[in-house]
Amino acid sequence: MSADPKALYQDVILDHNRKPRNYGELAQPSHHAEGVNPLCGDHIHLALDIRDDTIERIAFHGESCAICKASASMMTTMVKGKHTDEAKTLIHEFVDMATGRVTAEASPHIGRLAVFSGISALPMRVKCAILPWHTLQAAFLSEPSTSTEADADPMRTAPGDA
Amino acid sequence: MSHSPTPAAPVAFDVARIRADFPILNLRVAGKPLVYLDNAASSQMPQAVIDRLVRYQTHEHANIHRAVHYLSETATAAYEAARTTLQRFINAREAREVIFTSGTTEGINLVAQSWGRQNIRAGDEIILSVLEHHSNIVPWQMLAQEKGATIRVVPMNDAGELQLDVYEALFNERTRLVSVGHVSNALGSIHPVKQMITFAHAHGVPVLVDGAQAAPHLAVDVQELDCDFYAFSGHKLCGPTGIGILYGRAALLEAMPPFKGGGDMIHTVSFEKTTYASIPNKFEAGTPPIAAAIGLGAAADYLNTLGMATIAAHEHELLRDATEQLAATPGVRLLGTAQHKAAVLSFMLQGIHPHDVGTLLNQEGVAVRTGHHCAQPLMARLGVAATSRASFAFYNTHAEVDALVAGIRTVQKVFS
Repeated sequence: MSADPKALYQDVILDHNRKPRNYGELAQPSHHAEGVNPLCGDHIHLALDIRDDTIERIAFHGESCAICKASASMMTTMVKGKHTDEAKTLIHEFVDMATGRVTAEASPHIGRLAVFSGISALPMRVKCAILPWHTLQAAFLSEPSTSTEADADPMRTAPGDA
Repeated sequence: MSHSPTPAAPVAFDVARIRADFPILNLRVAGKPLVYLDNAASSQMPQAVIDRLVRYQTHEHANIHRAVHYLSETATAAYEAARTTLQRFINAREAREVIFTSGTTEGINLVAQSWGRQNIRAGDEIILSVLEHHSNIVPWQMLAQEKGATIRVVPMNDAGELQLDVYEALFNERTRLVSVGHVSNALGSIHPVKQMITFAHAHGVPVLVDGAQAAPHLAVDVQELDCDFYAFSGHKLCGPTGIGILYGRAALLEAMPPFKGGGDMIHTVSFEKTTYASIPNKFEAGTPPIAAAIGLGAAADYLNTLGMATIAAHEHELLRDATEQLAATPGVRLLGTAQHKAAVLSFMLQGIHPHDVGTLLNQEGVAVRTGHHCAQPLMARLGVAATSRASFAFYNTHAEVDALVAGIRTVQKVFS
Protein backbone atom coordinates (compact mmCIF):
# COMPACT_ATOMS: atom_id res chain seq x y z
CA MET A 1 0.00 0.00 0.00
CA SER A 2 1.39 3.38 -0.95
CA ALA A 3 0.66 6.81 0.49
CA ASP A 4 2.12 8.45 -2.60
CA PRO A 5 -0.69 9.69 -4.84
CA LYS A 6 1.65 9.69 -7.80
CA ALA A 7 1.99 5.94 -7.31
CA LEU A 8 -1.79 5.75 -7.50
CA TYR A 9 -1.88 7.67 -10.74
CA GLN A 10 0.04 4.96 -12.50
CA ASP A 11 -0.20 3.92 -16.11
CA VAL A 12 -3.01 1.41 -15.80
CA ILE A 13 -5.34 3.90 -14.08
CA LEU A 14 -4.41 6.73 -16.44
CA ASP A 15 -4.95 4.43 -19.41
CA HIS A 16 -8.44 3.40 -18.26
CA ASN A 17 -9.24 7.08 -17.63
CA ARG A 18 -8.10 8.03 -21.12
CA LYS A 19 -9.71 5.07 -22.87
CA PRO A 20 -12.48 3.77 -20.61
CA ARG A 21 -13.62 0.25 -21.52
CA ASN A 22 -17.31 -0.60 -21.96
CA TYR A 23 -18.07 3.12 -22.05
CA GLY A 24 -21.51 4.08 -23.33
CA GLU A 25 -25.09 2.95 -23.01
CA LEU A 26 -26.94 -0.35 -23.43
CA ALA A 27 -30.21 -0.75 -25.30
CA GLN A 28 -32.82 -2.30 -23.00
CA PRO A 29 -30.63 -3.36 -20.07
CA SER A 30 -32.09 -5.77 -17.54
CA HIS A 31 -30.54 -3.81 -14.66
CA HIS A 32 -29.34 -0.24 -14.32
CA ALA A 33 -28.49 2.32 -11.65
CA GLU A 34 -27.09 5.80 -11.30
CA GLY A 35 -24.45 6.55 -8.70
CA VAL A 36 -23.79 10.08 -7.49
CA ASN A 37 -21.32 11.66 -5.12
CA PRO A 38 -23.12 14.83 -4.03
CA LEU A 39 -19.96 16.13 -2.37
CA CYS A 40 -18.24 16.60 -5.73
CA GLY A 41 -21.03 16.25 -8.28
CA ASP A 42 -19.60 13.11 -9.82
CA HIS A 43 -22.14 10.73 -11.30
CA ILE A 44 -22.03 7.54 -13.32
CA HIS A 45 -24.74 5.54 -15.05
CA LEU A 46 -24.34 1.79 -15.11
CA ALA A 47 -26.37 -0.61 -17.26
CA LEU A 48 -26.21 -4.40 -17.29
CA ASP A 49 -27.79 -7.27 -19.11
CA ILE A 50 -28.01 -10.22 -16.75
CA ARG A 51 -29.16 -13.60 -18.06
CA ASP A 52 -29.22 -16.78 -15.96
CA ASP A 53 -27.32 -14.88 -13.24
CA THR A 54 -24.51 -14.09 -15.67
CA ILE A 55 -23.49 -10.54 -16.60
CA GLU A 56 -23.67 -10.80 -20.38
CA ARG A 57 -23.23 -7.12 -21.16
CA ILE A 58 -22.27 -4.07 -19.10
CA ALA A 59 -21.70 -0.41 -19.91
CA PHE A 60 -21.19 2.84 -18.02
CA HIS A 61 -20.98 6.54 -18.73
CA GLY A 62 -20.94 9.77 -16.74
CA GLU A 63 -18.82 12.62 -15.40
CA SER A 64 -16.15 11.83 -12.87
CA CYS A 65 -12.53 12.08 -11.84
CA ALA A 66 -9.84 9.76 -13.17
CA ILE A 67 -9.97 7.52 -10.10
CA CYS A 68 -13.72 6.98 -10.43
CA LYS A 69 -13.66 6.51 -14.19
CA ALA A 70 -10.76 4.06 -14.11
CA SER A 71 -12.39 2.16 -11.27
CA ALA A 72 -15.63 1.91 -13.28
CA SER A 73 -13.81 0.88 -16.43
CA MET A 74 -11.77 -1.81 -14.71
CA MET A 75 -14.85 -2.99 -12.83
CA THR A 76 -16.72 -3.59 -16.07
CA THR A 77 -13.87 -5.61 -17.55
CA MET A 78 -13.59 -7.66 -14.35
CA VAL A 79 -17.28 -8.57 -13.98
CA LYS A 80 -18.30 -8.98 -17.62
CA GLY A 81 -19.15 -12.63 -18.29
CA LYS A 82 -19.05 -13.43 -14.57
CA HIS A 83 -21.77 -14.93 -12.39
CA THR A 84 -23.45 -12.29 -10.24
CA ASP A 85 -22.24 -14.05 -7.09
CA GLU A 86 -18.66 -13.64 -8.24
CA ALA A 87 -19.31 -9.97 -8.93
CA LYS A 88 -20.80 -9.52 -5.45
CA THR A 89 -17.74 -11.12 -3.89
CA LEU A 90 -15.57 -8.72 -5.86
CA ILE A 91 -17.64 -5.72 -4.72
CA HIS A 92 -16.95 -6.59 -1.11
CA GLU A 93 -13.30 -7.31 -1.68
CA PHE A 94 -12.83 -4.03 -3.52
CA VAL A 95 -14.62 -1.93 -0.91
CA ASP A 96 -12.73 -3.64 1.91
CA MET A 97 -9.43 -2.99 0.16
CA ALA A 98 -10.23 0.61 -0.78
CA THR A 99 -11.30 1.46 2.75
CA GLY A 100 -8.16 -0.16 4.16
CA ARG A 101 -9.91 -2.95 6.06
CA VAL A 102 -8.18 -5.68 4.09
CA THR A 103 -4.91 -5.61 2.15
CA ALA A 104 -4.79 -6.38 -1.56
CA GLU A 105 -2.63 -9.42 -0.74
CA ALA A 106 -5.42 -10.79 1.45
CA SER A 107 -8.05 -10.30 -1.27
CA PRO A 108 -8.08 -13.52 -3.35
CA HIS A 109 -10.09 -12.20 -6.31
CA ILE A 110 -8.79 -8.63 -6.52
CA GLY A 111 -6.24 -9.26 -9.29
CA ARG A 112 -5.25 -6.13 -11.22
CA LEU A 113 -7.65 -4.03 -9.12
CA ALA A 114 -4.79 -4.01 -6.59
CA VAL A 115 -3.64 -0.82 -8.32
CA PHE A 116 -6.32 0.93 -6.24
CA SER A 117 -4.93 -0.25 -2.90
CA GLY A 118 -3.18 3.11 -2.36
CA ILE A 119 -6.52 4.93 -2.27
CA SER A 120 -7.05 3.93 1.37
CA ALA A 121 -4.31 6.44 2.28
CA LEU A 122 -6.41 9.24 0.71
CA PRO A 123 -9.62 9.29 2.75
CA MET A 124 -11.17 12.08 0.68
CA ARG A 125 -10.76 10.02 -2.48
CA VAL A 126 -11.98 6.61 -1.28
CA LYS A 127 -15.53 7.46 -2.33
CA CYS A 128 -14.33 8.22 -5.86
CA ALA A 129 -12.93 4.71 -6.21
CA ILE A 130 -15.88 2.86 -4.70
CA LEU A 131 -18.72 4.81 -6.33
CA PRO A 132 -18.88 2.46 -9.37
CA TRP A 133 -19.00 -0.55 -7.03
CA HIS A 134 -21.79 1.03 -4.97
CA THR A 135 -23.63 1.59 -8.22
CA LEU A 136 -23.17 -2.03 -9.30
CA GLN A 137 -24.57 -3.17 -5.96
CA ALA A 138 -27.55 -0.83 -6.41
CA ALA A 139 -28.18 -2.23 -9.90
CA PHE A 140 -28.17 -5.80 -8.51
CA LEU A 141 -30.72 -4.70 -5.90
CA SER A 142 -32.76 -2.98 -8.64
CA GLU A 143 -32.36 0.36 -6.91
CA PRO A 144 -32.42 3.05 -9.60
CA SER A 145 -29.99 5.32 -7.83
CA THR A 146 -27.45 5.38 -5.06
CA SER A 147 -25.46 8.07 -3.37
CA THR A 148 -22.26 8.00 -1.40
CA GLU A 149 -24.12 10.08 1.21
CA ALA A 150 -27.49 8.30 1.31
CA ASP A 151 -28.75 6.26 4.26
CA ALA A 152 -29.93 3.84 1.61
CA ASP A 153 -26.39 3.39 0.37
CA PRO A 154 -26.18 -0.40 0.11
CA MET A 155 -22.50 -0.39 1.08
CA ARG A 156 -22.96 1.90 4.08
CA THR A 157 -19.32 2.39 4.90
CA ALA A 158 -18.76 3.60 8.42
CA PRO A 159 -18.10 7.32 8.94
CA GLY A 160 -14.43 8.00 8.49
CA ASP A 161 -14.00 5.22 6.00
CA ALA A 162 -14.67 7.49 3.09
CA MET B 1 -15.73 51.77 1.10
CA SER B 2 -15.09 51.22 -2.54
CA HIS B 3 -15.78 48.00 -4.38
CA SER B 4 -12.78 48.72 -6.57
CA PRO B 5 -9.52 47.00 -5.78
CA THR B 6 -7.06 49.12 -3.90
CA PRO B 7 -4.21 50.35 -6.10
CA ALA B 8 -0.83 48.66 -5.87
CA ALA B 9 1.09 49.19 -2.66
CA PRO B 10 3.55 52.05 -2.95
CA VAL B 11 6.02 50.35 -0.62
CA ALA B 12 7.18 46.76 -0.47
CA PHE B 13 5.11 44.60 1.84
CA ASP B 14 7.41 42.63 4.16
CA VAL B 15 5.86 39.22 3.64
CA ALA B 16 8.78 37.33 5.19
CA ARG B 17 8.30 39.17 8.46
CA ILE B 18 4.55 38.59 8.39
CA ARG B 19 4.96 34.88 7.61
CA ALA B 20 7.06 34.55 10.76
CA ASP B 21 3.88 35.42 12.70
CA PHE B 22 2.17 32.24 11.43
CA PRO B 23 3.76 29.08 12.90
CA ILE B 24 1.68 26.73 10.72
CA LEU B 25 3.27 28.15 7.56
CA ASN B 26 6.51 26.35 8.52
CA LEU B 27 4.79 23.02 7.98
CA ARG B 28 6.04 20.64 5.32
CA VAL B 29 3.52 18.55 3.40
CA ALA B 30 4.56 15.54 1.36
CA GLY B 31 8.15 16.56 2.06
CA LYS B 32 7.67 20.00 0.52
CA PRO B 33 7.03 23.42 2.07
CA LEU B 34 3.32 24.00 2.60
CA VAL B 35 1.85 26.35 0.01
CA TYR B 36 -1.47 27.19 1.62
CA LEU B 37 -3.89 28.50 -1.02
CA ASP B 38 -7.22 27.56 0.59
CA ASN B 39 -7.71 30.79 2.50
CA ALA B 40 -11.23 31.32 1.21
CA ALA B 41 -12.20 28.19 3.13
CA SER B 42 -10.29 29.11 6.28
CA SER B 43 -7.27 31.28 6.94
CA GLN B 44 -4.43 30.54 9.35
CA MET B 45 -3.95 32.02 12.81
CA PRO B 46 -1.06 34.29 13.80
CA GLN B 47 0.88 33.73 17.02
CA ALA B 48 -0.69 36.88 18.51
CA VAL B 49 -4.16 35.30 18.34
CA ILE B 50 -2.92 31.93 19.60
CA ASP B 51 -1.22 33.75 22.52
CA ARG B 52 -4.38 35.70 23.29
CA LEU B 53 -6.40 32.45 23.47
CA VAL B 54 -3.80 30.91 25.78
CA ARG B 55 -3.71 34.03 27.99
CA TYR B 56 -7.51 34.01 28.26
CA GLN B 57 -7.70 30.34 29.19
CA THR B 58 -4.72 30.64 31.54
CA HIS B 59 -5.63 33.82 33.40
CA GLU B 60 -9.08 35.19 32.56
CA HIS B 61 -11.70 32.50 32.03
CA ALA B 62 -15.09 32.37 33.74
CA ASN B 63 -18.66 32.72 32.51
CA ILE B 64 -19.61 36.22 31.44
CA HIS B 65 -22.41 38.62 32.34
CA ARG B 66 -23.25 36.78 35.57
CA ALA B 67 -21.12 36.62 38.66
CA VAL B 68 -19.54 39.49 40.57
CA HIS B 69 -16.25 37.70 41.14
CA TYR B 70 -12.92 38.74 39.66
CA LEU B 71 -12.68 36.21 36.83
CA SER B 72 -16.24 36.74 35.62
CA GLU B 73 -15.67 40.47 35.51
CA THR B 74 -12.35 40.00 33.70
CA ALA B 75 -13.88 37.65 31.13
CA THR B 76 -16.87 39.94 30.60
CA ALA B 77 -14.62 42.95 30.08
CA ALA B 78 -12.49 41.05 27.56
CA TYR B 79 -15.55 39.77 25.70
CA GLU B 80 -17.12 43.21 25.47
CA ALA B 81 -13.78 44.76 24.51
CA ALA B 82 -13.67 42.33 21.58
CA ARG B 83 -17.13 43.50 20.55
CA THR B 84 -15.89 47.09 20.53
CA THR B 85 -12.83 46.09 18.49
CA LEU B 86 -15.09 44.44 15.91
CA GLN B 87 -17.40 47.46 15.93
CA ARG B 88 -14.44 49.64 14.94
CA PHE B 89 -13.21 47.03 12.46
CA ILE B 90 -16.40 47.43 10.40
CA ASN B 91 -17.09 51.03 11.51
CA ALA B 92 -20.49 50.31 13.06
CA ARG B 93 -22.08 53.24 14.88
CA GLU B 94 -22.48 51.37 18.15
CA ALA B 95 -21.13 48.21 19.78
CA ARG B 96 -24.67 46.94 20.41
CA GLU B 97 -25.11 46.61 16.64
CA VAL B 98 -22.45 43.88 16.68
CA ILE B 99 -23.89 40.43 17.48
CA PHE B 100 -21.57 37.51 18.13
CA THR B 101 -22.73 34.48 16.15
CA SER B 102 -21.15 31.12 15.40
CA GLY B 103 -20.29 32.34 11.91
CA THR B 104 -21.70 33.76 8.70
CA THR B 105 -24.16 30.89 8.34
CA GLU B 106 -25.70 31.56 11.74
CA GLY B 107 -25.81 35.29 11.06
CA ILE B 108 -27.84 34.77 7.89
CA ASN B 109 -30.09 32.22 9.59
CA LEU B 110 -30.65 34.66 12.44
CA VAL B 111 -31.92 37.31 10.04
CA ALA B 112 -34.00 34.79 8.07
CA GLN B 113 -35.63 33.31 11.16
CA SER B 114 -36.04 36.50 13.19
CA TRP B 115 -36.48 39.41 10.75
CA GLY B 116 -37.70 37.13 7.98
CA ARG B 117 -40.46 35.34 9.87
CA GLN B 118 -41.65 38.67 11.21
CA ASN B 119 -41.62 40.52 7.88
CA ILE B 120 -41.98 38.06 4.99
CA ARG B 121 -45.48 37.07 3.90
CA ALA B 122 -47.04 34.94 1.17
CA GLY B 123 -46.29 36.33 -2.25
CA ASP B 124 -43.30 38.40 -1.09
CA GLU B 125 -40.05 38.26 -3.00
CA ILE B 126 -36.45 37.92 -1.83
CA ILE B 127 -33.63 38.78 -4.23
CA LEU B 128 -30.43 36.70 -4.20
CA SER B 129 -27.70 36.28 -6.81
CA VAL B 130 -26.62 33.25 -8.82
CA LEU B 131 -23.16 33.43 -7.19
CA GLU B 132 -24.37 32.91 -3.63
CA HIS B 133 -22.85 30.36 -1.28
CA HIS B 134 -25.42 27.78 -0.16
CA SER B 135 -25.50 29.48 3.24
CA ASN B 136 -27.04 32.54 1.56
CA ILE B 137 -29.54 30.44 -0.40
CA VAL B 138 -30.88 27.69 1.82
CA PRO B 139 -31.98 29.84 4.82
CA TRP B 140 -34.08 31.94 2.42
CA GLN B 141 -35.53 28.88 0.71
CA MET B 142 -36.56 27.51 4.10
CA LEU B 143 -38.21 30.83 4.92
CA ALA B 144 -39.83 31.13 1.49
CA GLN B 145 -41.22 27.62 1.76
CA GLU B 146 -42.69 28.33 5.18
CA LYS B 147 -44.21 31.65 4.15
CA GLY B 148 -45.09 31.03 0.52
CA ALA B 149 -42.60 33.63 -0.63
CA THR B 150 -40.53 33.57 -3.84
CA ILE B 151 -36.76 33.73 -4.45
CA ARG B 152 -35.65 35.90 -7.38
CA VAL B 153 -32.12 35.47 -8.71
CA VAL B 154 -29.79 38.11 -10.14
CA PRO B 155 -27.88 36.53 -13.04
CA MET B 156 -24.26 37.16 -14.00
CA ASN B 157 -22.36 37.61 -17.24
CA ASP B 158 -19.72 35.13 -18.41
CA ALA B 159 -17.01 37.03 -16.53
CA GLY B 160 -18.82 36.44 -13.24
CA GLU B 161 -20.16 39.98 -12.81
CA LEU B 162 -23.72 40.56 -11.62
CA GLN B 163 -26.06 41.99 -14.25
CA LEU B 164 -27.23 45.14 -12.55
CA ASP B 165 -29.82 46.01 -15.21
CA VAL B 166 -31.56 42.70 -14.49
CA TYR B 167 -31.16 43.28 -10.74
CA GLU B 168 -32.96 46.60 -10.99
CA ALA B 169 -35.68 45.11 -13.19
CA LEU B 170 -36.39 42.44 -10.53
CA PHE B 171 -37.75 45.05 -8.10
CA ASN B 172 -41.51 45.34 -7.73
CA GLU B 173 -44.01 46.06 -4.96
CA ARG B 174 -43.53 42.52 -3.54
CA THR B 175 -39.77 42.84 -3.10
CA ARG B 176 -39.00 42.65 0.64
CA LEU B 177 -35.28 41.89 0.95
CA VAL B 178 -32.02 41.68 -0.97
CA SER B 179 -29.40 39.24 0.37
CA VAL B 180 -26.20 39.25 -1.63
CA GLY B 181 -22.57 38.28 -1.23
CA HIS B 182 -19.96 41.02 -1.13
CA VAL B 183 -17.27 38.84 -2.73
CA SER B 184 -17.93 35.51 -4.47
CA ASN B 185 -16.23 32.61 -2.68
CA ALA B 186 -16.00 30.57 -5.87
CA LEU B 187 -14.93 33.20 -8.42
CA GLY B 188 -13.66 36.12 -6.34
CA SER B 189 -15.91 38.67 -8.06
CA ILE B 190 -16.36 41.80 -5.94
CA HIS B 191 -19.98 42.80 -6.32
CA PRO B 192 -21.02 46.46 -6.48
CA VAL B 193 -22.96 46.14 -3.23
CA LYS B 194 -22.98 49.86 -2.42
CA GLN B 195 -24.69 50.62 -5.70
CA MET B 196 -27.10 47.72 -5.14
CA ILE B 197 -27.91 48.92 -1.63
CA THR B 198 -28.60 52.46 -2.82
CA PHE B 199 -31.01 51.12 -5.44
CA ALA B 200 -32.75 48.80 -2.95
CA HIS B 201 -33.15 51.57 -0.38
CA ALA B 202 -34.71 53.82 -3.02
CA HIS B 203 -37.39 51.10 -3.16
CA GLY B 204 -37.61 50.82 0.62
CA VAL B 205 -35.98 47.37 0.60
CA PRO B 206 -33.36 46.40 3.22
CA VAL B 207 -30.15 44.59 2.23
CA LEU B 208 -28.16 41.86 3.95
CA VAL B 209 -24.57 41.55 2.77
CA ASP B 210 -22.81 38.18 3.13
CA GLY B 211 -19.32 39.46 3.87
CA ALA B 212 -17.66 36.11 4.59
CA GLN B 213 -15.20 36.55 1.71
CA ALA B 214 -14.93 40.34 1.88
CA ALA B 215 -14.06 41.01 5.51
CA PRO B 216 -10.67 39.23 5.25
CA HIS B 217 -9.63 41.17 2.16
CA LEU B 218 -11.22 44.63 2.08
CA ALA B 219 -11.73 47.42 4.56
CA VAL B 220 -15.42 47.02 5.43
CA ASP B 221 -17.33 50.15 6.44
CA VAL B 222 -20.96 49.32 7.15
CA GLN B 223 -21.92 52.99 7.47
CA GLU B 224 -20.39 53.88 4.14
CA LEU B 225 -22.05 50.84 2.52
CA ASP B 226 -25.26 51.78 4.33
CA CYS B 227 -26.17 48.06 4.51
CA ASP B 228 -28.85 46.86 6.93
CA PHE B 229 -27.14 43.61 7.89
CA TYR B 230 -23.56 42.42 7.35
CA ALA B 231 -22.48 38.88 8.28
CA PHE B 232 -18.98 37.39 8.38
CA SER B 233 -16.92 34.63 10.00
CA GLY B 234 -13.94 34.78 12.33
CA HIS B 235 -12.01 31.82 10.97
CA LYS B 236 -11.58 33.36 7.53
CA LEU B 237 -10.17 36.42 9.28
CA CYS B 238 -7.24 34.76 11.07
CA GLY B 239 -9.49 34.13 14.07
CA PRO B 240 -10.89 30.93 15.60
CA THR B 241 -13.69 28.78 14.20
CA GLY B 242 -17.12 28.89 15.85
CA ILE B 243 -17.29 32.67 16.02
CA GLY B 244 -18.62 35.30 13.64
CA ILE B 245 -20.31 38.65 13.51
CA LEU B 246 -23.72 39.80 12.47
CA TYR B 247 -23.91 43.55 12.15
CA GLY B 248 -27.44 44.93 12.13
CA ARG B 249 -28.81 48.42 12.12
CA ALA B 250 -29.88 49.07 15.75
CA ALA B 251 -33.45 50.05 14.87
CA LEU B 252 -33.92 46.81 12.89
CA LEU B 253 -32.35 44.62 15.58
CA GLU B 254 -34.47 46.22 18.30
CA ALA B 255 -37.69 45.51 16.40
CA MET B 256 -36.76 41.88 15.72
CA PRO B 257 -37.88 38.98 17.93
CA PRO B 258 -35.19 36.78 19.53
CA PHE B 259 -33.66 34.02 17.42
CA LYS B 260 -32.93 31.54 20.20
CA GLY B 261 -34.34 31.42 23.71
CA GLY B 262 -32.29 30.82 26.82
CA GLY B 263 -30.12 32.42 29.43
CA ASP B 264 -28.45 35.79 28.89
CA MET B 265 -31.10 36.93 26.38
CA ILE B 266 -33.82 37.76 28.90
CA HIS B 267 -34.72 40.72 31.07
CA THR B 268 -37.12 38.96 33.42
CA VAL B 269 -38.62 35.47 33.29
CA SER B 270 -41.77 34.14 34.87
CA PHE B 271 -44.04 31.34 33.70
CA GLU B 272 -46.60 33.95 32.77
CA LYS B 273 -44.39 36.32 30.83
CA THR B 274 -40.78 36.76 29.81
CA THR B 275 -39.30 40.06 28.72
CA TYR B 276 -36.22 40.12 26.57
CA ALA B 277 -32.90 41.78 27.07
CA SER B 278 -31.81 44.69 24.91
CA ILE B 279 -29.56 44.19 21.92
CA PRO B 280 -27.02 42.68 21.53
CA ASN B 281 -27.77 40.26 24.41
CA LYS B 282 -31.24 39.50 23.02
CA PHE B 283 -29.50 37.58 20.22
CA GLU B 284 -26.83 35.89 22.31
CA ALA B 285 -28.71 33.21 24.24
CA GLY B 286 -26.65 30.84 26.32
CA THR B 287 -22.95 30.94 27.11
CA PRO B 288 -21.23 32.18 23.96
CA PRO B 289 -17.84 30.99 22.70
CA ILE B 290 -16.10 33.56 24.93
CA ALA B 291 -12.53 32.59 24.08
CA ALA B 292 -13.30 32.56 20.35
CA ALA B 293 -14.85 36.03 20.53
CA ILE B 294 -11.79 37.37 22.35
CA GLY B 295 -9.57 35.60 19.81
CA LEU B 296 -11.48 37.25 16.97
CA GLY B 297 -10.91 40.60 18.62
CA ALA B 298 -7.18 39.85 18.71
CA ALA B 299 -7.32 38.86 15.03
CA ALA B 300 -8.96 42.19 14.14
CA ASP B 301 -6.25 43.98 16.14
CA TYR B 302 -3.60 42.05 14.22
CA LEU B 303 -5.13 42.88 10.83
CA ASN B 304 -5.43 46.53 11.86
CA THR B 305 -1.72 46.71 12.57
CA LEU B 306 -1.05 45.50 9.01
CA GLY B 307 -3.77 47.72 7.56
CA MET B 308 -6.58 46.38 5.39
CA ALA B 309 -5.60 48.64 2.49
CA THR B 310 -2.04 47.26 2.55
CA ILE B 311 -3.42 43.72 2.73
CA ALA B 312 -5.71 44.36 -0.25
CA ALA B 313 -2.87 45.86 -2.28
CA HIS B 314 -0.52 42.90 -1.68
CA GLU B 315 -3.25 40.37 -2.43
CA HIS B 316 -4.11 42.24 -5.60
CA GLU B 317 -0.51 41.91 -6.77
CA LEU B 318 -0.65 38.15 -6.08
CA LEU B 319 -3.92 37.94 -8.03
CA ARG B 320 -2.42 39.82 -10.97
CA ASP B 321 0.68 37.58 -10.97
CA ALA B 322 -1.32 34.34 -10.66
CA THR B 323 -3.85 35.41 -13.30
CA GLU B 324 -1.11 36.31 -15.77
CA GLN B 325 0.83 33.09 -15.18
CA LEU B 326 -2.21 30.81 -15.35
CA ALA B 327 -3.59 32.58 -18.42
CA ALA B 328 -0.22 31.94 -20.10
CA THR B 329 -0.22 28.23 -19.18
CA PRO B 330 -1.58 25.99 -21.96
CA GLY B 331 -4.54 23.80 -20.95
CA VAL B 332 -5.65 26.10 -18.13
CA ARG B 333 -9.04 27.81 -18.24
CA LEU B 334 -9.76 30.54 -15.70
CA LEU B 335 -13.33 30.81 -14.44
CA GLY B 336 -14.30 34.25 -13.23
CA THR B 337 -12.63 37.18 -14.91
CA ALA B 338 -14.56 40.01 -13.33
CA GLN B 339 -12.95 43.42 -13.56
CA HIS B 340 -13.10 43.79 -9.78
CA LYS B 341 -11.85 40.68 -8.02
CA ALA B 342 -10.49 39.48 -4.72
CA ALA B 343 -7.53 37.09 -4.83
CA VAL B 344 -9.52 33.97 -5.69
CA LEU B 345 -8.75 31.95 -8.82
CA SER B 346 -11.06 29.19 -9.99
CA PHE B 347 -9.66 27.15 -12.83
CA MET B 348 -10.06 24.01 -14.91
CA LEU B 349 -7.28 21.93 -16.43
CA GLN B 350 -8.31 20.58 -19.79
CA GLY B 351 -9.20 16.89 -19.57
CA ILE B 352 -8.32 16.60 -15.87
CA HIS B 353 -10.93 16.44 -13.14
CA PRO B 354 -10.49 18.97 -10.28
CA HIS B 355 -10.27 16.20 -7.68
CA ASP B 356 -7.32 14.68 -9.46
CA VAL B 357 -5.78 18.16 -9.65
CA GLY B 358 -6.24 18.67 -5.91
CA THR B 359 -4.79 15.30 -4.94
CA LEU B 360 -1.72 15.75 -7.16
CA LEU B 361 -1.14 19.39 -6.13
CA ASN B 362 -1.21 18.25 -2.51
CA GLN B 363 1.67 15.96 -3.40
CA GLU B 364 3.59 19.14 -4.33
CA GLY B 365 2.70 20.69 -0.96
CA VAL B 366 0.11 22.97 -2.58
CA ALA B 367 -3.26 23.16 -0.82
CA VAL B 368 -6.14 24.20 -3.06
CA ARG B 369 -9.85 23.58 -2.77
CA THR B 370 -11.60 21.38 -5.32
CA GLY B 371 -15.31 20.83 -5.67
CA HIS B 372 -18.46 22.88 -6.06
CA HIS B 373 -17.47 25.39 -3.34
CA CYS B 374 -20.97 25.20 -1.80
CA ALA B 375 -22.22 27.11 -4.83
CA GLN B 376 -24.01 24.51 -6.96
CA PRO B 377 -26.30 27.01 -8.74
CA LEU B 378 -23.16 28.87 -9.83
CA MET B 379 -21.53 25.63 -11.02
CA ALA B 380 -24.68 24.91 -13.06
CA ARG B 381 -24.46 28.41 -14.56
CA LEU B 382 -20.81 27.78 -15.46
CA GLY B 383 -21.67 24.35 -16.87
CA VAL B 384 -19.18 22.51 -14.66
CA ALA B 385 -19.60 20.08 -11.74
CA ALA B 386 -16.55 21.33 -9.90
CA THR B 387 -13.52 23.58 -10.19
CA SER B 388 -10.12 23.89 -8.58
CA ARG B 389 -9.73 27.07 -6.55
CA ALA B 390 -6.61 28.81 -5.31
CA SER B 391 -7.41 31.56 -2.81
CA PHE B 392 -4.71 33.84 -1.46
CA ALA B 393 -4.12 35.64 1.82
CA PHE B 394 -1.73 38.46 2.66
CA TYR B 395 0.87 35.96 3.92
CA ASN B 396 1.14 34.31 0.51
CA THR B 397 4.08 35.13 -1.74
CA HIS B 398 4.94 35.40 -5.41
CA ALA B 399 7.14 32.32 -4.92
CA GLU B 400 3.98 30.47 -3.89
CA VAL B 401 2.24 31.61 -7.06
CA ASP B 402 5.22 30.10 -8.92
CA ALA B 403 4.83 26.88 -6.90
CA LEU B 404 1.15 26.69 -7.89
CA VAL B 405 1.98 27.10 -11.56
CA ALA B 406 4.82 24.55 -11.34
CA GLY B 407 2.45 22.18 -9.55
CA ILE B 408 -0.13 22.57 -12.31
CA ARG B 409 2.51 21.71 -14.90
CA THR B 410 3.40 18.59 -12.90
CA VAL B 411 -0.27 17.56 -12.83
CA GLN B 412 -0.49 18.07 -16.58
CA LYS B 413 2.63 15.95 -17.05
CA VAL B 414 1.11 13.05 -15.07
CA PHE B 415 -1.95 13.15 -17.33
CA SER B 416 -0.08 13.78 -20.59
